[in-house]
Amino acid sequence: MIRFEQVTKSFPATGGRESMVAVDELSLEAPTGQITVLVGPSGCGKTTSLRMINRMIDPTSGRILIDDQDIASVNPARLRRGIGYVIQSAGLFPHRTVVDNVATVPMLLGTGRKKARDRAREVLELVGLPGDFAERYPSQLSGGQQQRVGVARALAADPPVMLMDEPFSAVDPIVREQLQDEFLRLQDELGKTIVFVTHDIDEAIKLGDQVAVMRVGGRLAQLAEPAYLLAHPIDDFVADFVGRDRGYRALGFSEAPNLPMSNEPSVPLGTTPEEARAATSDRWLLVVDEEVPQGWVEPARIEAPIEPSMLDRGGTVARVHGPLRASLDAALSSPSRRGVLVDDDGRLVGTVRAADVVQAIERVERPEIDPAEIAPTAAPVE
Amino acid sequence: MDWSYVSDHWSQIMERAWQHTILAGVPLVLGLLIALPLGWLAARVRWLKPPLLGGSGLLYTIPSLALFVLMPVVLGTSIIARVNVIVAMTIYTLALLVRTVADALEAVPNAATQAATAMGYAPARRFLAVDLPLATPVIASGLRVAAVSNVSIVSVASLIGVSNLGIYLTSGYDRQYWTEIWVGLVSCILLAIVFDVIIQVVTRLLTPWQKACVA
Amino acid sequence: MINQIWTWLTDGANWSGDDGITHRLVQHLWYSGLSLLIAGVIALPLGTWIAHSGRASWLVTAANSLRAVPSLGLLFAASMLLSSKFTGDTDLPYLVPSIIVLTILAIPPLLAGAYSGVREVDPAARDAARGMGMTGGEVLRQVELPNALPLIFSGLRSATLQVIATATIAAYIGLGGLGAFLRDGIALNEYDAAAGASVLVAVLALAADLLLGVVQRLVVSPGLRTTRTRTRRNRRADATPAAAALGPTNARS
Repeated sequence: MIRFEQVTKSFPATGGRESMVAVDELSLEAPTGQITVLVGPSGCGKTTSLRMINRMIDPTSGRILIDDQDIASVNPARLRRGIGYVIQSAGLFPHRTVVDNVATVPMLLGTGRKKARDRAREVLELVGLPGDFAERYPSQLSGGQQQRVGVARALAADPPVMLMDEPFSAVDPIVREQLQDEFLRLQDELGKTIVFVTHDIDEAIKLGDQVAVMRVGGRLAQLAEPAYLLAHPIDDFVADFVGRDRGYRALGFSEAPNLPMSNEPSVPLGTTPEEARAATSDRWLLVVDEEVPQGWVEPARIEAPIEPSMLDRGGTVARVHGPLRASLDAALSSPSRRGVLVDDDGRLVGTVRAADVVQAIERVERPEIDPAEIAPTAAPVE
Repeated sequence: MDWSYVSDHWSQIMERAWQHTILAGVPLVLGLLIALPLGWLAARVRWLKPPLLGGSGLLYTIPSLALFVLMPVVLGTSIIARVNVIVAMTIYTLALLVRTVADALEAVPNAATQAATAMGYAPARRFLAVDLPLATPVIASGLRVAAVSNVSIVSVASLIGVSNLGIYLTSGYDRQYWTEIWVGLVSCILLAIVFDVIIQVVTRLLTPWQKACVA
Repeated sequence: MINQIWTWLTDGANWSGDDGITHRLVQHLWYSGLSLLIAGVIALPLGTWIAHSGRASWLVTAANSLRAVPSLGLLFAASMLLSSKFTGDTDLPYLVPSIIVLTILAIPPLLAGAYSGVREVDPAARDAARGMGMTGGEVLRQVELPNALPLIFSGLRSATLQVIATATIAAYIGLGGLGAFLRDGIALNEYDAAAGASVLVAVLALAADLLLGVVQRLVVSPGLRTTRTRTRRNRRADATPAAAALGPTNARS
C-alpha cells in the first residue's frame, strides 16, 4: 500500500516564474494489488504526485509511505530499483537493444547478464513481443511496440509497485485501446500495486480500481471507484471533468443480468436465396460462419448464394453477461433492432431488444451514495 | 604596439583587407551557388546522397596548405596565382555547404511542401518559392561557419606568397615584430566578424518571419 | 609535373634519414596525437560536465568564437611569446608553442561535441534511467555517454583534421613533420618535394579520418545509426551557432 500523508510540494520562484504549489496537502491511499489512477487537467499536480513516490521529486512537507515505511528514509536509487517506472514517450535507451533495455534493472540489481537477458525475454513475451523483437533497437519499433518495451522494462525486476505516467497517450487511439486491454489482462495476472497518471478520464475510468480526480493547484477533488464517480460526482468541477454521457458510460460497469433473450434464426455463408427466404419471415436474417455472427442480410433482396460482401455489418455484438452498455449498443446498432449476444468464444447465443435492456438497466442499482458526501445544506450537487 | 605603423600603413592594410575579402568572399558565393543544386540532388535523389556527401567530405579533409600547393598541378597555374586560392577555397565552401543544404532541405516541414504541391506549384517553382526560403536559416548558419573558416584559412595562403592580411602575420614573424602580428590577427578577426554580421543581416532580410522567434 | 611528384615520392633516398619522409611522418603523427590527447583530456570531461550540470555553458560559446582567430596568427604569436623562454639545445622552443596552439585548436570541436552529445540525449531516456534507479554516475556511463558518442566522434574527427592541417603549418615555426617539406620546397623552389609532401599530408588526413570513421562504426551502437540523421536535423533546425559549429563544419586551417 502506498500512503500519502498531507503531502505538499511547492516549487520556489525561479527566473521570472512565480513560486507555485504543485501538490497541496494530498492525502490518499493506493491499495496493494490495485490500480489507482490520478486524473486531472494539466497543472493539477498529478505527475508531480507520481514522481514523489519514487523520489524523483521530494515533497516540501508531509510524508509518503510504502507498506508503512517512510520513503524519505530509503536511498533514492535503491528505492527506485524496487519500483517499476513507465513514462509517456517510453524513454527507451536508443543505444541498447530491446532485450538489453529490458534487462537494465535486473542488471542494476546485480543479476548476471545472461540471467537478466533470459528474464527480459520472458517479460517481453508477456507483453506480446516474442522472439526476434529482442535483438532490435528501439528506433526499429513502432510507437506502440516501444511502449510495450517500456512496460516490459518496468516489469523485468518484478517490482511490487509500478508507477505509470501517461504511458499510452502518445500512441494512436486504436493501439491505445489494445495496450489498455493488454495492460488489464496483465494486471489480472500479476496483481501489482499501480499508480497510473492520465489526463484522459475515459482511460481513468476504464483502468482504475479507484480514481483520484485532482484539480489545478494540486488538490484532491474526489477519490472513488469509477462507477461511483460517474454516479455521484462530488461537485461541478468533477461533474464537468467526468463529462457528458456519464449516465450512459456508467453502464459500462454494470454486468448484464439475465436478459430476456430470443432464439435467432441464422443461416451460414453460402446459403441460397431460396433457403434464406425459407429460414425467416422477418425482413432481416442473421448470417453466421461456424456459429460466429457475421452480419445481416435481407433475404428478399438477394439473388445469389450469400457472400460476405452482401452483409450489413452495422450491428455490434455483445457478450451475454458483458456490460449493459454493450448489450444496449448491440440492440441500438442492429439493422433488425435485435442485438446479437454471443458467448465468450464469440458464438451466437441469441438476440435481445433495446426495450428489454432498458428494463434491465432500470432494475440495476446505482452505487449507493456515501452519506458523508451529502451536503448538509440544500446546495445541489450539480 | 606601434600605433604609427597602423596609420602609416593604413592604405596598405585596406588593400590587403580587400584582397582577403575577395579570396574569402568570392569562393563563398561560388561555393553556395554550386552547393545549392548539389545539395538539392542529395536531398532529392536517395542513391546520390552517399556519394555526394562522402565526396564533399573527402575534399574537406585535405589540409589547406597542401591544397594550395597542389592546385597548380590540377589547374596548370603558377604557384602564386590567386586563382589557386579561389578554387581551393571554393572547394572547402562547397564541401561544407553540400551537406548543410541537403540537411536544410530535408528539414523543411513536409506539411508545407505538400501543401505547396497540392496548391499546384510546379517542382522547380515550389523549390524557389517554398523549400528554399524555409531552408534559408539553416543554410545561413552553415554559410556563417564557412565564412569564418574561409577568412581564417585564406591567411595561410600568405605562406605561398599570395597577398592578403596573412602577410602581416608572416612578415611580423619573420621580423619578430609584434605590431604586425597584432595587425594581422585583429584585422582577420574583424573581417570574420564583418562577414558574419553581413550574412546574419541578409538572412534576417530574407526571412522576415523569423524575427518573432529571434527577438 | 605529376611524374616529378611521383619520382619524389618513390625515391627511396627521400624516405630515409632524419630529414626523410618516414621520420617526418612519424613526427607529424606524434605531434598531432599528443595534442589531441591533451585536448581530449581537457575538453571531453569539461564538455560532459557542462552539459551534465548545465553550468558554465558560456565556455562552449567562448571556445567556439576561437574559430575566428586565424591559426597561422596563433602559431606565430605563441612562438614569439614562448620560444625565447626556453634556452639550450632542445626541441622545446618550437615544440611547446606548437603543441599549445594545436591543443587550443582541438579543444573547441571536442568540447562542442561532448557538450552537444550529452545535451541532446533524449530527456525521456535520462528520466527513465533515473527513475529505474540509476545513480548519477550510472546515468552518465550507461546512458549519456553511449548516446553522446556519435557527436563526440564528429567533434573528434573535426579536431583531428584541424590538428593535422595546422601541424603542417607549424613547420614555419620550426616544428618538424611533413610541413617541413612544404616549407622548404616552397622556399627553395623545389616544387616536387612540396607537392609530394602535400599529397602525403592529404593522404594522412584522409587515412586518419577514415580510421576514426571505422572506430566510430565499431564503438557507436547500431541503434543510434538510424536516428542520427534525425537528431542532427533537429539540431540544425535550431540554427544556433553552437549547433552549426559541429560535425565536419568546423573551422580549420
